[in-house]
Amino acid sequence: MTETHIQKISTEVTINFTLNGTRSQYRGSPFKRLSAVIRDDFRLTGLKIGCDAGDCGACTILLDGKQICSCLTSISSADGKTITTVEGLRLEQTTRKLQQSFAKHGAAQCGICMPGFLIAGASVLKKHEKPTKQQILDELGGVLCRCGAYQKIIEAILDANNPSLETKEPEIGKAVGFRYPKTDGMTKLTGEEKFGADSIPADALWLRIIRSPHDSAHFELGDFGPFLKKYPGIQKIMTAADMPFNRFGVYPHIKDQPVMAENFVQFKGEAIAALIGEKETLLQVPLEDFPVSFQVNVPVLGIEAAKSETATVLHRDHADNVLARGKVHKKNIEKGFQESAFICEEFFQTGFVEHSYIEPEAGWAKIVGERIEIMVSTQTPVMDKMELAGVLLCDSEKIRVIPTACGGGFGGKLDMSVQPFIARAAQLTGRAVALVYDRPESLASSTKRHASKIWAKFGCDHNGKLKASQLFAEFDTGAYASWGPTVADRVPVHASGPYYVPHVKNDSVAYYTNRHPAGAFRGFGVPQSTIAHESLMDWLAEKAGLDRLEIRYINALREGDATATGQVLENSAGLPQCLDALRPRWKEFLDEVVCFNRVNTQIKRGAGIGCMWYGVGNTSMSNPSTIRIGISEAGTITLYNGAVDIGQGSNTVLTQIAADALGIAVSQIHLVMGDTDLTADAGKTSASRQTFISGKACELAGKSLREKLFAALGLSVTDAGNPLHRIERENNLIGVRCNNRFYGLDTSVLEPDSNGDVLIGEGYFDPPTSPLNSEGQGNPYAAYGFAAQIAMVEVDMELACVKVLKIAAAHDAGKAINPMLVEGQIMGGISQGLGLALMEEYVSGQTENLHNYLIPTIGDVPEIECMIIESASPLGPSGAKGVGEPGLIPTAAAILGAINHAAGIRLKQVPVLPHRLYHELRKKKGGS
Amino acid sequence: MGSISKSYFRPDNLNSALEFLTPEVKVLSGGTDFFPERVGTDFAGKILDICSIPELKEIVETEKYWKIGATVTWSDIIQKILPSYFDGLKLAAREIGGVQIQNQGTIAGNICNASPAADAPPVLMTLDAMIEVSSSSETKNIPISDFILGNRKTCLDPAHLVTAILVPKLKNRTASHFFKLGARRYLVISIAMVSTVIEIDQGKIASARLSIGACSPVAKRISDLEKRLQGSSIENSWEEQVLPDDLAELSPIDDIRADAVYRKEAALIMLKRTIKETRMKFFS
Ligand SMILES: Cc1cc2nc3c(=O)[nH]c(=O)nc-3n(C[C@H](O)[C@H](O)[C@H](O)COP(=O)(O)OP(=O)(O)OC[C@H]3O[C@@H](n4cnc5c(N)ncnc54)[C@H](O)[C@@H]3O)c2cc1C
Ligand code: FES
Ligand code: FES
Repeated sequence: MTETHIQKISTEVTINFTLNGTRSQYRGSPFKRLSAVIRDDFRLTGLKIGCDAGDCGACTILLDGKQICSCLTSISSADGKTITTVEGLRLEQTTRKLQQSFAKHGAAQCGICMPGFLIAGASVLKKHEKPTKQQILDELGGVLCRCGAYQKIIEAILDANNPSLETKEPEIGKAVGFRYPKTDGMTKLTGEEKFGADSIPADALWLRIIRSPHDSAHFELGDFGPFLKKYPGIQKIMTAADMPFNRFGVYPHIKDQPVMAENFVQFKGEAIAALIGEKETLLQVPLEDFPVSFQVNVPVLGIEAAKSETATVLHRDHADNVLARGKVHKKNIEKGFQESAFICEEFFQTGFVEHSYIEPEAGWAKIVGERIEIMVSTQTPVMDKMELAGVLLCDSEKIRVIPTACGGGFGGKLDMSVQPFIARAAQLTGRAVALVYDRPESLASSTKRHASKIWAKFGCDHNGKLKASQLFAEFDTGAYASWGPTVADRVPVHASGPYYVPHVKNDSVAYYTNRHPAGAFRGFGVPQSTIAHESLMDWLAEKAGLDRLEIRYINALREGDATATGQVLENSAGLPQCLDALRPRWKEFLDEVVCFNRVNTQIKRGAGIGCMWYGVGNTSMSNPSTIRIGISEAGTITLYNGAVDIGQGSNTVLTQIAADALGIAVSQIHLVMGDTDLTADAGKTSASRQTFISGKACELAGKSLREKLFAALGLSVTDAGNPLHRIERENNLIGVRCNNRFYGLDTSVLEPDSNGDVLIGEGYFDPPTSPLNSEGQGNPYAAYGFAAQIAMVEVDMELACVKVLKIAAAHDAGKAINPMLVEGQIMGGISQGLGLALMEEYVSGQTENLHNYLIPTIGDVPEIECMIIESASPLGPSGAKGVGEPGLIPTAAAILGAINHAAGIRLKQVPVLPHRLYHELRKKKGGS
Repeated sequence: MGSISKSYFRPDNLNSALEFLTPEVKVLSGGTDFFPERVGTDFAGKILDICSIPELKEIVETEKYWKIGATVTWSDIIQKILPSYFDGLKLAAREIGGVQIQNQGTIAGNICNASPAADAPPVLMTLDAMIEVSSSSETKNIPISDFILGNRKTCLDPAHLVTAILVPKLKNRTASHFFKLGARRYLVISIAMVSTVIEIDQGKIASARLSIGACSPVAKRISDLEKRLQGSSIENSWEEQVLPDDLAELSPIDDIRADAVYRKEAALIMLKRTIKETRMKFFS
């Protein structure tokens, strides 16, 4: 029933449709993306825009019951039709249950992809009452989840018919260790959660950034007059000259990156100007028309080019193009190799890797009185605040950062992106100003995992005991510092692997080049060096005639051993336990490989293993967290949590810790996250530090508040230490039940603070570390996570395609505060590690969308078995350490080992694209 | 913004559509190629949206042809019961993007877009499909191999619309197969693909149609091999007749998905496997 008014050739139309059960009408341009209409005109922000190109599925909706990408559909296609978005799923029993099942199974991490998965899930349940796993995969294949716990999504759909999907609350005092569904989980499944682009006011101005198409060039801005005349919708053009101090950078002493380039650009994608105007008009401006002329220079591309004598110097104070070096030298490396019976050495190479969070960078700013408020998707609100104060040359107290929900970060949202643009534009215009990157812009301008060239040499004695390890890693750090120094520091500490090695010589260098800055990405360089040391461990095992798991077992760092930096691990070194847990599975994998390969020639199977360790928190640097918990006049308990939950689950984990520390139910705790006006500094969400550091601060805050409450009630502090005395509510009063008597708190006699709290407990924790000396010796971290993973793969020996069949992962988490979330982190890390091993390589100018930059889909990530080992750290809350990054670190190494086992090829370069493996297979065939 | 003139037309009958068509009009069908080319920009110019025209949505059987309307989607193909020579097309359809793209994208749009990596062209070549092209004054049928001229280039005249794809009916026993090679499981553009349609008469190959995509600007039929295979008995292995020289005309390129050498050699392996699979289908 097409209505005749669309028959007219028109610039404005009326379109009627049913949106989530409600008859709705749209008037406006006939040709707007349906996704934009639903989000902007109907203010339903449940569907997400991850790419505007069909590649991510975050915008999936049902149109007349069929799942489609709303970013690939015009509003006119909806005429007379029925639309269901995630907000409409509560209308039907089956889809309501689907949401519950997603919550119960912990399917959502950051949650940005969830609207797409729920709609695709609804679609599969429409087609099949009891779908098979294959049917689920096929129906969900068009949606990407970068947090990567696909298995939990599949389990949730398989379980959607389960009549009992409600979770019980844990007993008071037993929240820690409980598989608690995320406290913010349901909002991520109903579309209510507000991410960076979801709460922008309708009357905000928007920004569009003009970026360099060249790797290196001098440029001159032309006359803006004619351009502004041609496009009167542009209200202002902002350039470097508009920035009070046009430099930023994550290190206090390295501010080398301009917000907008001044007269030369150092990488393709660097900002040179920003247009301010109304959203719709800005979209119509062809950016090619912007008046700028470039004089292109020969760019410095790659490590070798940066090292060359004749290389252009990128930064005057770094004449050798070296940003940073790191080193860890222990004892006498020559002696170590002399004592070795077997020695292996090899070169390795890895490319740039893109975070590919499904939520592109987004935020908006407004002026409130004398201050600026920034609503942004970030991993680090306090650092944003300090950095903005630096750029705007103002007192940091003039800035308030309110983090929105973060649709994935993985290290990529530690650096500023939209922040300085929106803040300055709001200052200049006095209006609310928003900026949301499109996908190509996000890919071109954001940081990457460092590309690397690594040489490593390991030696062991006749029994396989390591004697010496040497590693030299060179990193392509791109045009600006970002987190390059962190990578240079962290890699030498970890580069000998999680093993006891008497003689060590590890060095690293990070070179500036004309590439996008390389920064933080889950593991800070350690995944790259892990590929190197694990490959050599396999090789040594072969030479020494040892099983690959056993050589790791005999060398595993144990309590009492000294690390490469000479730090004696007094406790919590759980690698041997991880390997013990995996051993039976490893034997099964090996047996299965033998049986399979006996009868198959075209396809071969192989098993591989990777081990890792990872220092939790910053390297040899103070990185404290402060957490506060308050009781308000009304008796409400609020957890003021400065740690941003980027999907890993800190909101839930910290609430669980607070609940037990206070002795109260999890559901009794309200949470405020990240707002820099309301919360204390809990540091960055990076380096796997939030559970360990903020978790400890939270535990201390809970204890402190409990003691204050007891004191306020005239009870003794000793009583506060008795967990049987519960904090409860009775007759609208908060109080303590002590020996069967309720002591209620009379809040009216206490003075409330600015947040309305009458009692505040505060906890502070800064893990004890010591600086590394000139040889890199010292105690860089207060706790280390350990893990081992094994993988089984299938290699098509003719076409050189690799398929990962299964992975088992044993992780020493110290204590799993929430085992379900720990599993989510492990699975997600593995999914990204698989991408690093097999498909991901960011090539500037060629992979600037998610069509060409491939990340694993639901069909690529195998079944993962998680084994959680709890070798408690006495420092962490209830013994917990970090698990955020470890999931990813050993995966690529395990997959490479498995490929070698299957195909007899020791790969030295990732990703193992089919054509790369093909040429290796061919060389081998030719050679033998 | 006076400098940008826009208009959009979504007719509900073919005649109005054809009347509206002028050389500067852009045709919009499923939009799965159209929109990704316009990320972060608005759309200028005149657009003819053909998705509300009932006669273009159908798959009809005529005396000589199966006629696939221009707005028939990949999902429509998967759902429709069709003879066995369409098995390759169905397999290709199942491997396009994800279900969303299959629900939106059309076969006709795929060939009009004429990407060297598009999955429909090699399959339609093995079906000896004709492309029905219409304007307000004429309708003509063009063989698929004449329709696509090069990388993103077709012979479609301005002010013409593809209205249908005509697939000649086959009378003998047939089997058809499709093999797509990509670097991940879903949402992936082919590194290379092979399509086959083989007819058997009295236990022997009556006709073999084989093609390879993504290894040349336009997908190619492997005619020498097709001729050699003719008359081969169903009892014997067919893939042994494949020779490396059969792919001499392919001219694959290096790109981020794969390099040229791999493409060519993988195509040969895939061709053998696909022919073998096709033969097995006669026994199942
Ligand atoms: C995420 C994603 C995954 C994809 N995966 C694959 C894949 O695996 N394999 C593959 O081959 N393709 C793939 N594609 C590409 C795309 O889906 C197909 O090419 C699709 O079939 C195009 O059809 P459409 O109706 O969407 O075309 P549209 O985008 O509407 O149009 C495409 C082009 O053809 C023209 N056109 C369309 N119909 C006509 C007509 N009837 N007459 C004249 N001109 C016309 C249009 O003007 C336009 O230039 C993918 C796309 C996306 C976004
Ligand atoms: S936003 Fe539509 S698929 Fe990514
Ligand atoms: S939960 Fe899927 S992308 Fe974060």
